[in-house]
Amino acid sequence: MAKEMREPIETGCPDGFQYMHPVMRRNYGMWKFHEHPRPGVLKHVAYGGDECWTVRAGTQRILDLFTLRKLCDIGDQHGDGYVHFTIRSNIEFIVDNGAKVDGLIKALEEAGFIVGGTQNSVTMISHTQGWLHCDIPGTDASGVVKSMMDELIDEFRSANMPNRVHITTSCCQINCGGQGDIAINVQHTKPPRINHDLVAGVCERPSVVARCPVAAIRPAMVNGKPSLEVDEKKCICCGACFPPCPPMQINDPIHTKLSIWVGGNHSNARGKPTFQKLVASGIPNNPPRWPEATAIVKRILKAYKEGARDWERVGEWVERIGWSRFFEEVELPFTKYHIDNWRGARKSLNASGHVRF
Amino acid sequence: MAFDKHNTPMLDQLETGPWPSFISGIKRMRDDHPSETINKTINDLLGQLEHSYETRKGYWKGGTVSVYGYGGGIIPRFSEVGKSFPESKEFHTVRVQPPAGNHYTTAMLRQLGDSWEKYGSGLVTFHGQTGNIMFIGTDTVRTQDFFDEINDYGWDLGGAGPCVRTAMSCIGAARCEMSCLNEQKAHRLLVNNFVDDVHRPALPYKFKFKVSGCGNDCQNAIERADFAMLGTWRDNMKVDQEEVKAYVAKKGRKYITDNVITRCPTSALSLNDDDTLNVNNRDCVRCMHCLNVMPKALHPGDDKGATICIGGKRTLKIGDLMGTVVIPFKKLETDEDWESLVELAETIIDFWAENALEHERCGEMIERIGLVNFLEGIGIDPDPNMISEPRQSSYVRMDDWDEAAEAYFARKAEA
Repeated sequence: MAKEMREPIETGCPDGFQYMHPVMRRNYGMWKFHEHPRPGVLKHVAYGGDECWTVRAGTQRILDLFTLRKLCDIGDQHGDGYVHFTIRSNIEFIVDNGAKVDGLIKALEEAGFIVGGTQNSVTMISHTQGWLHCDIPGTDASGVVKSMMDELIDEFRSANMPNRVHITTSCCQINCGGQGDIAINVQHTKPPRINHDLVAGVCERPSVVARCPVAAIRPAMVNGKPSLEVDEKKCICCGACFPPCPPMQINDPIHTKLSIWVGGNHSNARGKPTFQKLVASGIPNNPPRWPEATAIVKRILKAYKEGARDWERVGEWVERIGWSRFFEEVELPFTKYHIDNWRGARKSLNASGHVRF
Repeated sequence: MAFDKHNTPMLDQLETGPWPSFISGIKRMRDDHPSETINKTINDLLGQLEHSYETRKGYWKGGTVSVYGYGGGIIPRFSEVGKSFPESKEFHTVRVQPPAGNHYTTAMLRQLGDSWEKYGSGLVTFHGQTGNIMFIGTDTVRTQDFFDEINDYGWDLGGAGPCVRTAMSCIGAARCEMSCLNEQKAHRLLVNNFVDDVHRPALPYKFKFKVSGCGNDCQNAIERADFAMLGTWRDNMKVDQEEVKAYVAKKGRKYITDNVITRCPTSALSLNDDDTLNVNNRDCVRCMHCLNVMPKALHPGDDKGATICIGGKRTLKIGDLMGTVVIPFKKLETDEDWESLVELAETIIDFWAENALEHERCGEMIERIGLVNFLEGIGIDPDPNMISEPRQSSYVRMDDWDEAAEAYFARKAEA
């Protein structure tokens, strides 16, 4: 009857050394310096003199087998058969000889991949699953990212920004895309609509009540059935109740919007890491190309590129010029919604005589 | 092939433009792949995605799918509109742990692709936001078949649900001169000590390890990991004064002043009259900026180790939290050093599992109980490096001040 089941082999995370280019294995921990000969190319030099050359390319991230095999063909024919993926899903071809770099670049570009994404470029947008695969998405990250990268491609291919620019997207307010110099995230604007017929059967009601960050959900009998109700005055429309209780539908074709945040930065260089701050909201969730969101991102990038000093990340640039000037330069409205009222909000208020004119 | 292709007028608009199109790639699997199963599955997947684009809503719901012997590692997806798109009505993602540092040979990528072609949709992402290889799209039965095959040649599932999650580490010592840490070793020692907690979700919520080799934190560890390791050093940074002079000669004194000297967050740098660099190492916080600008001239010191920050996480539920310093410096040289690192992780996870509320991340628990209670729970003494500044409020009971002060001086005398 049932086939005999095979016990899993619990090996966990595989050893990376077996897949590493030999030049990396040989020089592990013995690198001396790096150079950036051109956008998309890194040259690392070891104390012993070995060189490691990297050619970085952007892809569509959701790879079909034809694309994956094409990338492997390029790695075999023009490289050494060793690759590495960056945290932003760029692929890197690793070779130990600079003479192979031009061939790799040519082959990648001929196949439609985009060489770049290194140092002070706008690198690949880190993104989440969206409508293609997530169970709670308000939008489709892949489509937003494709549409934006079509317009930011020159900034990916060149390295002309004051410092590196990390853009992220997230399809719900949990923010799986993480912190970015610029983040494009879903923002819900209406409380969940509840299908009371399904709640008792589908949802573990106490956990849903506990999940709400503002205690706006309480158990209730609706039409004679155990269900949940939401105090809509308290509700902040975050959508936290939707994953544990799908009958509390938060996504809406009209009222689910996009927001844009700036100034998130994971690096400790110069200042401590920072979280992103809200700059724009109410942006329509407008498939298939989301032009309104892209337009705002481009305005922010333009002002940053013109106004920031070398090595300033987006957040540092805004910190220096001040928020009033930021909102003026990117032609965005400043509203009451920009003023934080969540826990710790006082720390974001200007308790000083420091005012810019 | 005898099947009707769904019209996808909205998705088709994502086939134009210079950036590689995921839609064109997915369509190739529908139109050009020899497997009819894949063609039909992808056709219905595209149909459902187009439906999402038209109605601006998602139509996947979760469920319970795993492989024999495990409780997690699969992201189950069942379609809510499966009647209209039956061939892709089950479309689960298999989360597979990447090798530490995300290195691959093309031969291994091909082998994984070949296995996936047998049992899945042929769509794959390197990598998801947690760090897994995401094999996107297979049904419940073939999930097991695919796992059995790749498990036989060295690949294991990642975490999903309330468990220890797949870890991440930067390329680090394999290619980067900034690396202060054996990232490969830290990554695998930590996460592979918890394989049981990865595969059988039984914790209050998720727990993530991320390892970055220096303060540049390319893995976003402080922001995203419950347990973040950052490489650092505690002796003096290395300065090659001839290379400093070469930078000054090349870029000019004004550039070096404006971009290196004055950008140091603790004013630890000054440029000498002879164009050499003066570093006040006691003021330096290892932020990495000057090393980033002058990678030929400046290098980390020799006495390397790690700073460990605990409690980073994203928005849900109390708001975004950065991890905070719990171990200012951990030497990682001897076997005992590495063992004690793993023990620290065990202690923290045990304490959190005992004391957290359901669905409460480690950082949220620390926020609720206070850092001091957490430190006492895991047996770590307070250190000024754990805070930005001391308490501002006098509203606190200090019954045992004298004992605490004595203990501090005793620790200092011992060190």
